[in-house]
Amino acid sequence: MTAPLYGLILAGGRSTRMGQDKAALKYGQRSQLERAFALLTPMVARCFVSVRSDQQSEALRSKFPQIVDAPGIEGPSAGISSAMRSHPQAAWLVLACDLPFVDVATLQLLIARRDPARLATAFRSSHDGLPEPLCAIYEPPARDALDSRLDAGRNCPRKFLIQSDTLLLDQPRAEALDNVNTPKELDAALARLAQPSPAAPRALRVQYFALLREQAGRRDESITTSAATPRELFAELAARHSFTLAPEHLKVAVNAEFCEWSRPLNAGDQVVFIPPVAGG
Amino acid sequence: MSVFRFTAQPIEGAALRAELIDTHCGGFTCFEGWVRDHNEGQQVTHLEYEAFEALGVREGERIVAEACQLYGVSQALCVHRVGDLQLREIAVWVGVAAAHRDEAFKACRYIIDEVKHRVPIWKKEHYVSGDSGWVNCERCATHAQDHSHEDHDHHAHG
Repeated sequence: MTAPLYGLILAGGRSTRMGQDKAALKYGQRSQLERAFALLTPMVARCFVSVRSDQQSEALRSKFPQIVDAPGIEGPSAGISSAMRSHPQAAWLVLACDLPFVDVATLQLLIARRDPARLATAFRSSHDGLPEPLCAIYEPPARDALDSRLDAGRNCPRKFLIQSDTLLLDQPRAEALDNVNTPKELDAALARLAQPSPAAPRALRVQYFALLREQAGRRDESITTSAATPRELFAELAARHSFTLAPEHLKVAVNAEFCEWSRPLNAGDQVVFIPPVAGG
Repeated sequence: MSVFRFTAQPIEGAALRAELIDTHCGGFTCFEGWVRDHNEGQQVTHLEYEAFEALGVREGERIVAEACQLYGVSQALCVHRVGDLQLREIAVWVGVAAAHRDEAFKACRYIIDEVKHRVPIWKKEHYVSGDSGWVNCERCATHAQDHSHEDHDHHAHG
């Protein structure tokens, strides 16, 4: 029988390189810890925050259900092992709080592909191909294996996954599990989250009317493009078809409704650039 | 039937007027746009209208609804022709029936003015000289190449 899935947010790190508590870093209105907890809670039966014993009463951490590290172990393995001991019947989706690009789709994929017959299900790192231990599902039998390694002083959860029967999945996006350890990485992450990420190439439908139809030599076309917005798409098409109208003379519609030039484009969208009109 | 439509057939005003007759209404106004034989110094032989109908119907319906709301009118209709049109044919028909003449005139004027500026319809004029051109587009295209964008007095985008 498949074990119930519990969630564990790892928030006990020392944040040495960041110079401040990473769990408290803000992305928008919420701290990393609050964001991660809110993301994971709806997907699991119960959700906990992993803390060191000296962190239990901190304002940020005290409002969450906690699992306190068993004494004598350092690092993320301590949190994972302590959770597995406190609820041995459960499987654990372990998620580090410092992964700002993890989203609902990433976690849904992990849960949907989970193989309870293995010891663990994890993503492959997009950087080195090795398992990512801090956004992974650990099945109940992993507890004994993990503990015997800890007893032998081996506390690296990545090595545990490498040497165990782990199902490895490709990440939905290359940056999905990028983490943030330094103030510089934090700035870069905030900038990336503020920008629409460059779109992967996908198919759009473009219809042409009037002067644009004549200049394009067609009424419509399917186009595979990574243009993120109508503005980028028009620049691409204007170069291809030598359009004489500039974007400031046009309006744009997506799926038969007027829209902004900065609207994000999605696969299957129907795009029309509207030359100056002349009804009546 | 929608209160804004496109048709590729000649517009029959009498039939459209009949759709608006209502015993609550004491007045009816109508505007017909006709194909004329000249524009901006050129002799026009015939016209071609093209529309983005999916969006055009939505925007046209919004305009008619706005007119009804603004002037308290309940009966209004606009039909725009598409395809090839000869001189003297009706390009666009607007009809409004209302309790009193004032709101009927105002709503009718509102609809035709907004339709000309907002509905995605394009007009290509064919001239005696053999030339042709998309009204409001060619001028913009020239300007775009000259990098001078002033003086767009006839630019149709409100």
